[in-house]
Amino acid sequence: MISVERVSKRFGRKVVLDGVDLEVADREVVVILGPSGIGKTVLLKIMAGLLAPDRGRVRYDGIGLDYGLLADNRALYSGLGYVFQGGALFDSMTVLDNVALPLVEGIRVRPAEARVRAQAALARVGMGGEEALYPRELSGGMTRLVAIARALVAEPRHVFYDEPTGGLDPVMRDRVCELIAGLRDREGRTELVVTHDLAAAESVADRILMLRQGRLIALEAVRKEDYAAQDS
Amino acid sequence: MYVHGVGALPVVILAAVFVGLTTAVQTSYQLMGVVPKYFVGMGVGRLVLIELAPVFTAFIVAGRSASSMAAELGAMRVSEQVDALTVMAVNPHRYLCLPRIAALVLSLPVLVVVMELVAVGVALVISAAALDVSAYTFRYGITHFFIARDFFGGLGKALLFGLVIAANGCYFGFSVEGGSEEVGRATTRAVVTSAAMILGFNFLVAFLFFNA
Repeated sequence: MISVERVSKRFGRKVVLDGVDLEVADREVVVILGPSGIGKTVLLKIMAGLLAPDRGRVRYDGIGLDYGLLADNRALYSGLGYVFQGGALFDSMTVLDNVALPLVEGIRVRPAEARVRAQAALARVGMGGEEALYPRELSGGMTRLVAIARALVAEPRHVFYDEPTGGLDPVMRDRVCELIAGLRDREGRTELVVTHDLAAAESVADRILMLRQGRLIALEAVRKEDYAAQDS
Repeated sequence: MYVHGVGALPVVILAAVFVGLTTAVQTSYQLMGVVPKYFVGMGVGRLVLIELAPVFTAFIVAGRSASSMAAELGAMRVSEQVDALTVMAVNPHRYLCLPRIAALVLSLPVLVVVMELVAVGVALVISAAALDVSAYTFRYGITHFFIARDFFGGLGKALLFGLVIAANGCYFGFSVEGGSEEVGRATTRAVVTSAAMILGFNFLVAFLFFNA
């Protein structure tokens, strides 16, 4: 269970999050919708301990995240996979080394074993055979798939996705959505997806929330009118 | 190590050639007719060992490495690669900074020695060829007045400067928040701050260890 309790964040005079409350149950896929720049990524980063909130707290199974200067959230990070918006792959490493990195440097798996597991993770997202490529040689969709493989390689309990379908063609978008839904259905992972893609949200979500004026609003079903109203 | 050490060799050697040429000409101009000719060798040797080689090399390396480190790490901040390391349970400071600091701290003394050898060698050649100071006299001036403390003091400064440059490159790179414009600013700050700190520490070392 992930609990977000009255989290607030402002940048200068702009209030981005204003007392956000959220609970994500185990094995649930929650999608947070909202147009670009509304604060979805900020919320995701606060939930991952990458950004400190001005107020409020985030707990994982009752244990609070530490945002201090010498914060050590390694116990959380060994159970968290995070797919960044642009992939955040390391340019100087091959696809295989990128995917093996969390195992080798994070949880200290032997390199030979890490490579085998990384190959399996790549095959799982349909990127088998592309291990020797470098990030600069990948398309946007391939980058996203490699980033997903890297997020999943350590078998995390929770997976966060930041705009996983942004900029993808329809075929690649369907593939990513199937992957997200499959992880919940087959492996029981807890997933949190932030996106502005309505169709993707509908296809993967157990629950959809909309970020509006710094707060989360639950929606039973997403209607384009709701989404459009945000911009006005 | 290769990028920050070996990569700096051509420009360090080029600078060393001109440091050697200019120092020989200036020392000869100041001392000829006032003191024996071998003082030209002494002057060049001690100037290069204590001051010119460590400071010039540090400036060159600061221009290359502090800027490239700040730009590289800043770009990694902007593209969320640093955040990616954090959520992999990897300490990004240790993973990204320690190798860079080690590379500079180890390579700068080597570069300083290269600059010393090239600068003194070039000074010897021009002194013998154009300044009426024979190679034997020049060598005598260097070896007769050689003090190990000068040499090791220069190397000690190189270690310190290496640390300063790498720390600034990493600090300003990690400080980047926002976009590519901020990366440019961080790059400039890393070089300027490194240069100022090199001068400051150079004075401090001179005052503490070479103050008669």
